[in-house]
Amino acid sequence: MMFRPKIVGFLCNWSLPQEVNTTGTGIIQGYPKIRIVRVMCIGRIDPVIVLETFVKGADGVLVIGCHPPDCHYIEGNLQAERKIKMLKKLISRTGLEPERLRLDWAYASETELFATIIDDFRTQVAVLGPSPLAGKKPDENVLAGIMAAKAVTGDSRLRTLVGREKELIEEGNVYNEKVEQEEFDEVMNESIDEEYVRSRIRLLVKDRPMSVEGLARHLGLDPKKVLRHIVVLRHRGLVALDKIEREDPLYIALEVT
Amino acid sequence: MKDKVGAVLVVGGGIAGIQASLDLANSGFRVYLLDESPSIGGTMTQLDKTFPTNDCAMCILAPKLVMAGRHPNIELIMGAEIKSVEGEEGHFQVALVRKPRYIDEEKCTGCGVCARKCPIEGIDEFNEGLGERTAIYVKYPQAVPLVYAIDRDKCIGCGTCQEVCKAGAVKYDEKEKRIALHVGSIILSPGFEEFDPKLKGEYGYGRYSNVVSSIEFERILSASGPYGGIVLRPSDGKVPRKIAFIQCVGSRDAKIGNNYCSSACCMYAIKEAIIAKEHNPDLQCTIFFMDVRAYGKEFDAYYNRAEEEYGVKFVRSRVPQIGEVLESQNLLVKYVEDENPATEEFNLVVLSVGMRPPKHAEELAKTLDIKLNKYNFCSSETFSPLETSRPGIYVCGAFSSPKDIPESVAQASGAAAKAASSISSAREMLTTVKEYPPERDVSGEEPRIGVFVCHCGINIGGVVNVPEVVEYVKTLPNVAYAEHNLYTCSEDTQKRIHEIIKEHNLNRVVVASCTPRTHEPLFRETVREAGLNIYLFEMANIRDQCSWVHMHEHEEATEKAKDLVRSIVAKTRLLKPLKKPMIDVTPIGLVIGGGLSGMTAALELAKQDFEAHLVEKEKELGGHLRHIHYLLGSEDPQERLGSIIKEVTENEKIHVHLNSELSDVEGYVGNFKTTLNNDGEKKEIKHGVVIVATGAMEYNPNEYLYGVDERVVTQRELEERLTNGGFNAKTVVMIQCVGSRNGEHPYCSRICCSQAVKNALKIKELSPETDVYVLYKDMRTYGFLEDYYREAASKGVLFINYDDENRPRLVQENGKLKLTVWEPVIKTWTPIEPDLLALSVATLPNPDNEHIAKMLKVPLSKDKFFLEAHMKLRPVDFATEGIFLCGLAHWPKSIEESISQACAAAARAATILSKEALEVEGAIANVNEDFCSGCKICESVCAYNAIEMKEVDGKPRAHVLEALCKGCGVCGSSCPTGAISMLNFTDDQILAQVRAALKEETKYD
Repeated sequence: MMFRPKIVGFLCNWSLPQEVNTTGTGIIQGYPKIRIVRVMCIGRIDPVIVLETFVKGADGVLVIGCHPPDCHYIEGNLQAERKIKMLKKLISRTGLEPERLRLDWAYASETELFATIIDDFRTQVAVLGPSPLAGKKPDENVLAGIMAAKAVTGDSRLRTLVGREKELIEEGNVYNEKVEQEEFDEVMNESIDEEYVRSRIRLLVKDRPMSVEGLARHLGLDPKKVLRHIVVLRHRGLVALDKIEREDPLYIALEVT
Repeated sequence: MKDKVGAVLVVGGGIAGIQASLDLANSGFRVYLLDESPSIGGTMTQLDKTFPTNDCAMCILAPKLVMAGRHPNIELIMGAEIKSVEGEEGHFQVALVRKPRYIDEEKCTGCGVCARKCPIEGIDEFNEGLGERTAIYVKYPQAVPLVYAIDRDKCIGCGTCQEVCKAGAVKYDEKEKRIALHVGSIILSPGFEEFDPKLKGEYGYGRYSNVVSSIEFERILSASGPYGGIVLRPSDGKVPRKIAFIQCVGSRDAKIGNNYCSSACCMYAIKEAIIAKEHNPDLQCTIFFMDVRAYGKEFDAYYNRAEEEYGVKFVRSRVPQIGEVLESQNLLVKYVEDENPATEEFNLVVLSVGMRPPKHAEELAKTLDIKLNKYNFCSSETFSPLETSRPGIYVCGAFSSPKDIPESVAQASGAAAKAASSISSAREMLTTVKEYPPERDVSGEEPRIGVFVCHCGINIGGVVNVPEVVEYVKTLPNVAYAEHNLYTCSEDTQKRIHEIIKEHNLNRVVVASCTPRTHEPLFRETVREAGLNIYLFEMANIRDQCSWVHMHEHEEATEKAKDLVRSIVAKTRLLKPLKKPMIDVTPIGLVIGGGLSGMTAALELAKQDFEAHLVEKEKELGGHLRHIHYLLGSEDPQERLGSIIKEVTENEKIHVHLNSELSDVEGYVGNFKTTLNNDGEKKEIKHGVVIVATGAMEYNPNEYLYGVDERVVTQRELEERLTNGGFNAKTVVMIQCVGSRNGEHPYCSRICCSQAVKNALKIKELSPETDVYVLYKDMRTYGFLEDYYREAASKGVLFINYDDENRPRLVQENGKLKLTVWEPVIKTWTPIEPDLLALSVATLPNPDNEHIAKMLKVPLSKDKFFLEAHMKLRPVDFATEGIFLCGLAHWPKSIEESISQACAAAARAATILSKEALEVEGAIANVNEDFCSGCKICESVCAYNAIEMKEVDGKPRAHVLEALCKGCGVCGSSCPTGAISMLNFTDDQILAQVRAALKEETKYD
């Protein structure tokens, strides 16, 4: 029998098919391993929540909102789209397959479409197999990656960028210039890269001090880059020098309240 | 002719520009200080420590930054450049363009919240690319003005900063602004550009991660730098064990067209090696050099310490190439030692990069219509080193030639003198004097203290519970009012404090915020405007001492803040109003020494409309310059000397006293009384300042058969022969460092290398077939003098290096001079038979120095030259106010340098002479004569000579000279009978503060 993935669906109040809500006889029932979480608008889907869902063992996360340009809350779905786009980029760095996350559109009345979406997603996830985070022994590396990603999505830098993206590109910035999507993506990609690595470093040095070399080996990165991140983390007051062992300074995370 | 304009534009806000601005603003001129960058400070702000004192650069610079930033007569124009300059000396119309900063300078409080929230990062240029900074930024934490700026190239315009800025300072719609200025003089101090080491591809900079430039290394050394002050390699963050310093990268290099020497690199490399060793004593530092050019004051002593105390290794070799070891990213440095090629592996290589003219030098020169030299530095002449080719426009600092900090500072003051003298008729025409309301008499009143606690945006408020502190403060005795402010330092809060003082009839004020070092003057100003004496104000620093250092311990930080405020309130209860005494100034200068320096100083004073007495012990003016007949440049020194003497003697404001010496000096700044002895005839002079220009003397050698064989002469005697036609030698040998850099005189006499080159070139000019040998330890032809060294070598002058182990040996044999010289290339002793042996003899301190120093109560250095107040930033001041220094009395130096320093001394003197009366510090020592035992301990511990003994009822009693006392309090804490109290820091006040600090047990103990 084919692997039957555990899927969590975040659906908005207005795209949620009636059947699920009322009779329980709809097509969606056809796939018992999906768990639906209702939100008023998928614009509410905080990246931290999606990542936490993966941490808890979901094999796939499916987010379904209303077809743009329609949205009960004007454009919550488009805001969600940008967050999911960022999240996928971020997840791709953690070792978890970004294909385990999908955003799609459907109206409440399109039950067949729901069926197709779910089926399609379920197949896609099934091919990937069980999530490395599912089960009793989650993959430590992937877990570390997702925990780091989670911390990043909770911090202000990426949240600020995602939050401003639409406005900057569609309406223009504070200088009344429109920011090109490409230019924005470049900034976004760099920020994701930087903050993700920094977050990993912070978590790695949380319990035991580590050297630049040790961190670089662990993260598979050029030590030169790791050092630059240490410089920033120290500047932000998040990491401090613990001690110097032979020729290696060891760094440790600072408690932040 | 129309009136001159009493304002000066200073272009470039580095240390030179700042010094020039301060001197001008302090002597009655309005100053516009312009810089391309968003803050002043220049390159010095990036340096870690400074040679030869190892002072922290930022620590000694910061007070000057603050002073310039707060000076009522200095206007900072940041992010601006010059578009055009019309008009002439005395009346320039300058058009500027100021780039938008996007931040309102009036409103920004520098709290830094915007930078913490900005999502955009980019390379941090201040840290030389070793770290990242955000798109909204200040260059460095102590920046002046402490106003953020938006880097428009990086900013994506997300608007976050505007939203988080509680002061409402962000203004995205700011446009480029045109500014028109009307000034009388212009000073150029745009500094220099570092040489780009990528142009020396053989050193692998940019390709090899562990090859860094010297300025990057400064940041690496700095405790506030990217690595927090631990020396690390950029490739892997490891602590290096072996560091190589490569000298002359981009200097003395014909291949890349920079033939000149950058003057400061030898010393900064030695300093960097020493400081790196102090960080990590196991470190091995090797400096690869061509000549160690430690020619400045006490530089050789520093160099020797590096070698002997710190074990820094010096290798005389130009490094042709650096390679990288792939695996370890170590570097392989190729060099030549004892003529053998060698390779050594290092963990880190520092390239001592030279100085280039500023990036926009050509454009600037075109806009200002001034001449540049062939290297694009500003062109100037030997006898007018501070003047550009356009009258009314002056130059100082590295733009005129590569130079170190003290010389830049001296030149800056010198340029200020020049700029001031051409508009001295307009002094005080454009400066503002603030009027204050009469001071309220608070005597007899119960203390009513107002306490203002600052959130500093979220800087303090994000950690310390500020409202809780305020509620607590309200419970303290004598606190009549307390409140918290978003920014206590903002403009509107000043108005509010003013009103509250009135409304609540406050008679003392406390601000709990940041550091008094930067903010006390502002708040004192505010209370003064509200009619309170400034000494009725106090500050508690709950930012640095609470929110910053206990960032993550909110509760404990809050408790500590309460303790700090409580204890400062306890002190404040006891504060007493103090008067700032005014002392009259006699606007006359006394210049000791009638050589080039003394005459120049006197002339500069006279040009600024001050009278000057010029005292010369000889029967004629001119000093050493009388013996100089030609220069390396084209100017005729005797012709120039003649015209300077004429100018001095014809100037009505200058009183020349020949054959005269000082026999007594009394008094203090503004009010000196000096007795001159003119061949037994005594004359009394009253004056406000003293300029010491007593010169130096030439060493009379007893080495190398000098005085025994007449073919052995000094360079000066050789110069006489070359001038008077008495020269006909076929073989001339010159020996450098005769009497210098030895056990007796360990220092370098600085000028002898270029003197030797000058005479060698003269010989080659008069008699090309004559063989000339120069035996040297290090050729110290710094700056553009290097060109002449190169020229001499190209004309066949042979330069042979010797060291202390292999000094040349001279004997007289069969009537001939026989010199044996160690030839380091072929490693043999080689005989030379010179017809003429010229000794480059040391410059010795004037033997009169000791006597004069005693009279003036100023110190001498261990080499017996006069010792200035601070080697780096106060090169022509003494610690004793009102006494200044210039010329050879300070240290051996060239004509240009003597003139620059003499002008500098005049400018510094003018900051006093231009005032009718000096306002002096009120918080000074105070003697209770009834308790004084006359033991003189206070007099001996006072570094400022501010205490003298006076007869009271026939007994000696300590007396504080208000004009000189700086209020350090050393005398008070040394007095055996408790007769001296330090006003504003009395025992009672300090103890009240201590007791209150300890009164309540804190929760976190």
